[in-house]
Amino acid sequence: MKQGNGTVPRIGVYVCHCGTNIAGNVDVKAVVDFASKLPGVVVAREYKYMCSDPGQSLIKNDIREKNLNRVIVASCSPHLHEHTFRHATLEGGQNPYLFHMVNIREQVSWVTEDKMSATEKAKALVEAAVYRVRYHEALETKEVPVNPDVLIIGGGIAGITAALTLANAGKKVYLVERDYSIGGHMAKFDKTFPTLDCASCILTPKMTAVKDHPNIHLFTYSEILEIDGYVGNFTARILKKPRYVIEDRCIGCYVCVEHCVYKTPKFPSEFDEGLGLRKPVFIPFPQAVPLIAAIDPETCIEFKSHRCKKTCQEACRDLVGRDAIDFTQREEVVEVQVGAIIVATGFKTFDARRIPEYGYGRYPNVYTSLEIERLVNSSGPTGGEIVMRDGRKPRRVGIIHCVGSRDRNFNPWCSRVCCMYSLKLAHLVRERTGAEVYNFYIDIRTPGKGYEEFYEKLMQEGVHFIRGKVAEVTDWTITPEETGKLVIRVEDSLVGVVRRIPVDMVILSVGLEPRDDAEEVRRQLNISCSSEGWFLERHPKLAPVSTFTDGIFIAGACQGPKDIPDTVAQAGAAAAEALALIDRGSVELEPNIAVIDEQKCSGCHVCIALCPYSAIAFNEEKNVAVINEALCKGCGVCVGTCPSKAITQQLFTDEELLAEIEGVLLV
Amino acid sequence: MDTFEPKIVGLFCNWCTYLAADLAGISRMKYSHNLRIVRVMCSGRIHPEFVLWAFRNGADGVLIGGCHPGDCHYIEGNYKNLRRFLLLRKLLEQVGIDPRRVRLEWISASEADKLKQVVNDFAETLRELGPFGTELPEEPVLDIHPKEEAVS
Ligand SMILES: Cc1cc2nc3c(=O)[nH]c(=O)nc-3n(C[C@H](O)[C@H](O)[C@H](O)COP(=O)(O)OP(=O)(O)OC[C@H]3O[C@@H](n4cnc5c(N)ncnc54)[C@H](O)[C@@H]3O)c2cc1C
Ligand code: FES
Repeated sequence: MKQGNGTVPRIGVYVCHCGTNIAGNVDVKAVVDFASKLPGVVVAREYKYMCSDPGQSLIKNDIREKNLNRVIVASCSPHLHEHTFRHATLEGGQNPYLFHMVNIREQVSWVTEDKMSATEKAKALVEAAVYRVRYHEALETKEVPVNPDVLIIGGGIAGITAALTLANAGKKVYLVERDYSIGGHMAKFDKTFPTLDCASCILTPKMTAVKDHPNIHLFTYSEILEIDGYVGNFTARILKKPRYVIEDRCIGCYVCVEHCVYKTPKFPSEFDEGLGLRKPVFIPFPQAVPLIAAIDPETCIEFKSHRCKKTCQEACRDLVGRDAIDFTQREEVVEVQVGAIIVATGFKTFDARRIPEYGYGRYPNVYTSLEIERLVNSSGPTGGEIVMRDGRKPRRVGIIHCVGSRDRNFNPWCSRVCCMYSLKLAHLVRERTGAEVYNFYIDIRTPGKGYEEFYEKLMQEGVHFIRGKVAEVTDWTITPEETGKLVIRVEDSLVGVVRRIPVDMVILSVGLEPRDDAEEVRRQLNISCSSEGWFLERHPKLAPVSTFTDGIFIAGACQGPKDIPDTVAQAGAAAAEALALIDRGSVELEPNIAVIDEQKCSGCHVCIALCPYSAIAFNEEKNVAVINEALCKGCGVCVGTCPSKAITQQLFTDEELLAEIEGVLLV
Repeated sequence: MDTFEPKIVGLFCNWCTYLAADLAGISRMKYSHNLRIVRVMCSGRIHPEFVLWAFRNGADGVLIGGCHPGDCHYIEGNYKNLRRFLLLRKLLEQVGIDPRRVRLEWISASEADKLKQVVNDFAETLRELGPFGTELPEEPVLDIHPKEEAVS
């Protein structure tokens, strides 16, 4: 074995038990004994929890007392505690990059069947580290300033909450919402469980506060085109789609809507889930923020034939004096610079058509829960009256839980809010219509403050609960009692009989799913998704709003199904994380950048074309390639390619990696 | 118990396959113990020499793990790696090494299942192939990088 970087290595090896997480499946003592005999190792110790204070003190004291110049900790994943131990090394008086971490928990004890093999594997990885660290060198980190502005993608309750928190702390926020208005799903609800507060009473003031806040720049009907950069220094290109209404001229007076050549609304309103109608020029809903009209080119005559009388435009100009309508408006691209990004793009609901047995789209009186939210809403298409498509009031209503959720054929997960919103809708339907309401459930899941009590209350209200997974909704009736009704066929698993329940109206409690474009957003941002498609948090418990990409945080239902209280809490956490980053003022970048040895560079240009960040330029005078440190992100592609071996990647030099490979193979 | 147990070196990128290996642990999946992981920031960092060096030092197989095409944390390091990998396989074949001893897999951070299945499957293949060198011709076609020089 070579001497490494010249200094005589004095290595300390620390093997963590992690309680029984490691010690339960790795013979820690054997690993320590083994390590203590490896060349260069001055001290090898075991400890119950290396990440604890006393664990870290072991390192610090040994550095001082035993003059260590290399530190190895064999414990969990470096993604969890590398930072912790680098810091301990620094506090002990050594450069933090003289430390190396060995992953014997996630990649050894937890994944290996028998203790003997696990112990062997742990030894191999420790030996590799001992080989590797002798090539380690003291490195300097580079500090870069953090841009104090924040970009938030998605203006549902999560995005709104995060935006207001940051703006109130004096930070400038760019909030980008794809739809015409902010508000997300919550804006569609009438009441929210379990307190039955009026959704718009709690949401509208927040939406208005967003619009009025001097620190918030709101982009609605806009999308992200591209994100570039890294923690502290992102550039976002935002696409503002044309709404054919000049935003700062429109005052939301509805005069254009009233004067549209269509005298009555004719097209399904997206906001009302198609249950209500709108005109080609419209304001999505009365509490919309911003309260600005928009023209839908798909249905507007002017866009289709250029032959419209354009009475809306005329009315706006002549009656209101604003001249806000502009049929020639084009999309616009705006570029902003930010230091942190919060992703709050929410969810979509399960498409009930995927379960044809339940008859959605076939029987007019089968509804999704989101449609019912609009029906019970006092500003909805029926003014809050619960009537069916044929205008009748339902007398018997069936609510089917878990549609698309907890089902191996569709989504295996529990959508967490459906039980509670089903109970909410049961209460509202019963209150407004006096109908008999039947809930068909697999299990009732009501964990949450005041949730079980709400369930209790519903049972006392006389709502019926039938336990069983519904087999079918059919219009094939048998008895006179069933005539003209929809029949819900279910095995009542508490009684053990198959029942047929005739109802007038069926509500499908559709589950929550990742948005269709989650994959695209994930790529734009360079973050990860879980296998289900929800955005992946850095750690499920300890870093629930961080991602593996520094400076990008997630909040709300885009991370997984959750209700409004949890969404708001998470949004607050994401805002706090962003604030912590901004107020620190600067970030330390990993020194894993590439460095060129001018002596060795032959000036072949190969690396220049390969660098994904255009970080390499050519110095004609010296005939060598030159790396711009500020642009290099440390992928190492140029290093793996350079035919003259003139480039090294700090922290991942050839020597370090080859030594590590050699080491893992020794045991 | 004299069944041959191969040694596998895993060269995994930090952002996808290494995280998948972490996830496999967090999910307490059990897979073949033969894999020993070396972390690099991106699969694009991996020089063919790493693979040859691994064989030289006793590996029976090398598993390269990177992000799916289009998903590389550094835009397209995985493509660069793929190009080298294809060449490397040709080279191995020419010197008489069974190209099945190197395997390239795209495994994303959430695909712990895939990681487990790939490692188990690869270990099985290598058990069938036997120790590295079994298939090498008597007269070496090419002397793989001498050990001492590589780390000088
Ligand atoms: C029928 C039903 C009833 C419910 N009732 C209740 C209740 O009573 N109480 C309760 O606590 N919870 C309830 N919930 C759950 C509640 O809807 C969620 O907790 C909440 O909406 C999550 O908020 P969010 O901001 O994360 O997501 P969303 O509300 O989905 O908001 C996301 C926003 O981001 C925008 N967006 C998405 N993608 C992009 C993009 N790429 N670029 C820009 N913008 C984008 C969307 O247009 C949207 O405005 C109910 C859910 C359903 C389905
Ligand atoms: S970061 Fe995974 S292959 Fe580039």
